[in-house]
Amino acid sequence: MEHGKYRFIVGFLIVPLAIYSVFVIWPFAQSIYYSFTDWTGLSPDFEMVGFDNYIKLFSDDVFWKSLQHSLLFLLLLPLVTISLALFFAFMINVGGRRRKNSAVSGVRGSSFYKIVYFFPQVLSIAIVALLFRFAYNPRSGSLNAALDAVGLSALKTAWLGNPETALWAVMAVMVWCTVGFFVVLFSAAMTSIPRDYYEAALLDGADRITTFFRITLPLLWDTVQSGWIYMGILALGAEAFAVVQIMTTGPGGPAYATTVLPLYVYLKAFRDGQAAYATTIGVALLVVTLAFAAVVLKLGRRERLEY
Amino acid sequence: MKSAGTLPDGRETEPVSSVLTGDPLRGTADKESAKGSEGRTLNVFSHGMLVLWAVMVVMPLLWAVMTSFKDDKSIFTSPWSPPTSLNFDNWARAWSQAHMSDYFFNTLIVVGGSLIGTMLLGSMVAYVLARFDFPGNRFFYFLFIGGMSFPIILALVPLFYVMSNTGLLNTRHGLILAYIAYSLPFTTFFLTSFFRSLPTSVAEAAIIDGASHTRTFFQVMLPMAKPGLISVGIFNFLGQWNQYMLPTVLNTDPDQRVLTQGLVELAASQGYKGDWSGLFAGLVMAMLPVLAAYIIFQRQVVAGLTAGALK
Repeated sequence: MEHGKYRFIVGFLIVPLAIYSVFVIWPFAQSIYYSFTDWTGLSPDFEMVGFDNYIKLFSDDVFWKSLQHSLLFLLLLPLVTISLALFFAFMINVGGRRRKNSAVSGVRGSSFYKIVYFFPQVLSIAIVALLFRFAYNPRSGSLNAALDAVGLSALKTAWLGNPETALWAVMAVMVWCTVGFFVVLFSAAMTSIPRDYYEAALLDGADRITTFFRITLPLLWDTVQSGWIYMGILALGAEAFAVVQIMTTGPGGPAYATTVLPLYVYLKAFRDGQAAYATTIGVALLVVTLAFAAVVLKLGRRERLEY
Repeated sequence: MKSAGTLPDGRETEPVSSVLTGDPLRGTADKESAKGSEGRTLNVFSHGMLVLWAVMVVMPLLWAVMTSFKDDKSIFTSPWSPPTSLNFDNWARAWSQAHMSDYFFNTLIVVGGSLIGTMLLGSMVAYVLARFDFPGNRFFYFLFIGGMSFPIILALVPLFYVMSNTGLLNTRHGLILAYIAYSLPFTTFFLTSFFRSLPTSVAEAAIIDGASHTRTFFQVMLPMAKPGLISVGIFNFLGQWNQYMLPTVLNTDPDQRVLTQGLVELAASQGYKGDWSGLFAGLVMAMLPVLAAYIIFQRQVVAGLTAGALK
């Protein structure tokens, strides 16, 4: 086994490591360094300015708005998406009518639901965002027309143009996109829960709501937790950027009502020529991401149930 | 994972009645085990919610398909009415005049190159990290994995200028390298645990028979790892085909645009021209191949996309 082992290891690692270092690690390290400079990105000259950029963050209203929206995404998106997905997955797998031969069963057409719910997951977030930008259009969009059709014309508004509704409209798209993924994920986890547990609960007279909270949810905890982190990273990352950048006016508008941290990094770096300040915002985003992951892992720590 | 079963006909058109009446053959069983009206109300409610969500998922997609066949005037006057005639020229216009064909071509080249690169390099890294004990193994493992939880936009600011200085900005090969680099963390993570789960005896036998490590990898280990490679391959293919942020930042030349950014640009320019029908045709054109592939390879796609989260 030893013969030529190290030559082989180096030979296999060198190319991927080189690409990964140049395109991922080196830029990450650089951006933390740049956050202490006054680099504009437009010229190669810059000077160290210490913590000036970080001090500037504190008085930057748009930064605070972006942070606030990103935190809202972080709290609400996983909560809404995962609750909906758990509900649907439970109904699909356990919610069927009781039959003679089995204690629990899925609803009829459960595989149909899983196929359909998963549709948005295979589409690009950019295409979905475009589609909903048109659907929200006050003049020609399908949403207002649908509201007219069901007699709810009073609810009609310029969804993305109204600062009151724009952020919610954007968040709804992200929920629409991701619920199906979690339904499928939780369904897979639910089918591995032994049927006897449900049978025992039924014998004890538990109804479905009790069954869900006492059996399904505790046994699914690990999957829910990793799903929570996954969704949080989406809410802070490229998906949130794409949805806001494509759907909103400005982008990030109206009146900064929808701006989020990744978008603000992008605008500062590539629109305003403030590359160093952009990396500072990026570092704040990094801090939020790592803190989020740490909190979820800490709060979610439970005794692992083996079954 | 359950296999795809039969699709109940008419579920979408008459959801409520089918829920209420149910299957007549099962009626007696239901009566025997019925827990009274509580169970029934819950049943109707939960089925109703399931159907409602299915409608909410399908409606926007159907609306887009319908709109892509309409003329501009009826798009504005009656968004929900079906097209009066099938305007296939919308599609022709989108394909040629709106450069959808170019965007498809660019995307194919970029994703083709980056997918091959990602799979090859990712499986090499994963194999070495999973199967060989050497100083720094864990360090390299976490170095590669770490990339998964960092916000990519932070690195893109300096990367833009690095690529600009090295002449890689706005080139296909530059974009391919960036796609590969940002796909390596998940690929490595997934395949490392996959290679660890494979038996060691076959590879050892190959080595004893005189095969080199490289030959063992390509001729013994890769074929054994096929299920894992397919899963992560599908994951990477969809991720790279649908990628939006990387090309938006690193690929600003109009001639090099990939599908997603091309469509977004198209939305801006066609909006001014008022060619909404052409735009919708482009949108549907981009959606349909992926949806069709998903429906055909449904089980593999679901397994590929959920593979990472289930570990």
